[in-house]
Amino acid sequence: MLTYTIRRFVLAIPTLLFISLVIFLLLELAPGDPMAQVPLTVPPEVKEKMRLALGLGEPTHIRFVKWMWQFFVVEPMMFIDWLFGTAWAEGQQRVLSWQFRSPVMDVIVQRMPQTLWVVAMSYVVGILIALPIGIYSAYRQYSVFDQTGTFVTMVGYSVPPFFSGVLVIVIFSVQLGWLPSIYDTTLVVVDWATFKQQLMQMIMPVMVLALQTTAQISRFMRASMLDNLNQDYVRTARAKGLSEWSVVMVHVLRNSMIPVITVIALGVPSIFGGAIITEQIFKVNGLGQLLITAIEANDLPMVQTVTFMIAVLIVFFNIVADVLYGVFDPRIRYD
Amino acid sequence: MTETPKPIAALADTGPTAPPRSQWRDVWDQFRSHRGALIGSIVLIAIIAAVFLGPLVWPYDATFIDIRARNQGPSWAHPFGTDQLGRDTLARMMAGGQTSIAVGLTAMLLALVLGSLVGVLAGFFRRLDGPLMRLTDLFLSLPLLPLLLVMVLLFRESLNGVFGPETGIFILIVVAIGVTSWMPTARIVRGDVLALKEREFILAARSIGTTNFGLITRHILPNVMSPIMVSATLGIANAIITESALSFLGLGFPPDFPTWGRLLNDAVQYLQDYPERVFWPGLGISLTVLSINYMGDGLRDALDPRIRGR
Repeated sequence: MLTYTIRRFVLAIPTLLFISLVIFLLLELAPGDPMAQVPLTVPPEVKEKMRLALGLGEPTHIRFVKWMWQFFVVEPMMFIDWLFGTAWAEGQQRVLSWQFRSPVMDVIVQRMPQTLWVVAMSYVVGILIALPIGIYSAYRQYSVFDQTGTFVTMVGYSVPPFFSGVLVIVIFSVQLGWLPSIYDTTLVVVDWATFKQQLMQMIMPVMVLALQTTAQISRFMRASMLDNLNQDYVRTARAKGLSEWSVVMVHVLRNSMIPVITVIALGVPSIFGGAIITEQIFKVNGLGQLLITAIEANDLPMVQTVTFMIAVLIVFFNIVADVLYGVFDPRIRYD
Repeated sequence: MTETPKPIAALADTGPTAPPRSQWRDVWDQFRSHRGALIGSIVLIAIIAAVFLGPLVWPYDATFIDIRARNQGPSWAHPFGTDQLGRDTLARMMAGGQTSIAVGLTAMLLALVLGSLVGVLAGFFRRLDGPLMRLTDLFLSLPLLPLLLVMVLLFRESLNGVFGPETGIFILIVVAIGVTSWMPTARIVRGDVLALKEREFILAARSIGTTNFGLITRHILPNVMSPIMVSATLGIANAIITESALSFLGLGFPPDFPTWGRLLNDAVQYLQDYPERVFWPGLGISLTVLSINYMGDGLRDALDPRIRGR
């Protein structure tokens, strides 16, 4: 198992290198000049120096290698410096954003908490809702609950977040006026009132993202439970005189969770993609919104870094899903 | 004296009594028994008919501006109301639906052709299997939505110059969605081809000298049609949602060229004053995708011989 995990991680390196190259070359084609906003009175030689300071003006392959060096060596060193107060990365050039004129990572670190709060919370909420629905509708297949649940999850699967999000804004913010439609990220939770405010503004984005998660995972949970409920070992367990609760919730559930866990792991990166749209609707200034503004402002280092970080997440969670599958299912042998 | 022996019962059988049934008849019977799939197909056909035939009977044009009738609510003249420039929302919904569905269909076809090609080649030729599947894995690890946004941003101007603003963006979005959504099809098709390749009828066909091309087109492809068809239906739904998401983020079709996502984006800007305006485009997208998903569900059951006939 360990060798398999190590092998997968080693194999991920060329994949990530290739992906970063694809993103880099795609962005190489981009029109637009980061110096376009600089006043015309600035002399050309100063402009040339500004260009160099931003890491431009060199051939493509050198810039690619430099970006890789900055991303994989300088930024982790900065992180270690920040963690332990050392000074390894002193004087090293970092990946600079063209629109903020500051290191990309600093901006990302500022934006990360908002995204993580909303996205991670909604994912957890979605899973917590999805699992009981899936279990119960499989246990009572073709009952009213199952029919309704299947229909609702199908609707949740089909309604895109940019409609469900706008719809809940119309209902709860515009018509009823209960919840704020804009996520206020400057809010600091210090007492009961601000905590309540934070809760109120998180309800809608979390609800919208959780609807998507719930729809997908409860469908998988139901199908997986149905596969297992007709197996012979279930009849054996019942024949032994085990209680219905322990038959379903221990024997069947543990076996049914195996594929569901991998689906949950695989869904983590895609939820970041979905967050791009949800953040746009609720005006959350998280990573997704950062990516959109960076694309609109032609801030290529920012686009490159954020996109690549999402790619890293995808590759990482693919490995996690495969490894988890091997850990939980003794029938799977990777070695 | 011995009697003449009676012929064995089986030899006395008088041919099959029931009329022969074709495979597609069975598929249709199973499909019909799936209530959701049936309702889904009816709704989908109704939407497509309304969107493509509606403009023939509806008097208003999607781009006709009647500034004095702007921001109206529903009335007999304008059942869905009018927008901020006095354009009829029903006409715009129909025009938008045409684009959205056309994008969905074309992008799905492109993804399907690419996916089937890669899947069949990888499954059939052992030497191509490794490289093609690594390529598929690579594409699956790409962050698709950010890349789509970047692609649209980068190539919009140049394609607009060559093909004009509307055709240019149409080609761009179709190609972008197509080349980023062929991977699931390729994987499913490859798996099926790998299993089919070991079957006796392939061996028989090969032994009478069928060429590889003949094997693929005559024997392999017809047998992998059902997974391809299921992923086709889901592909349309996926493509419609992706196109709407791009348009919603303002990186899709230009403002004067309505699609459902674009209409939703326009409506969001007037959310405070006219919240009811977001309803129709959103409903259009959701209903189409929902009915397509139900159709895909029914089709999957109908095309699976293990489920069929139960």
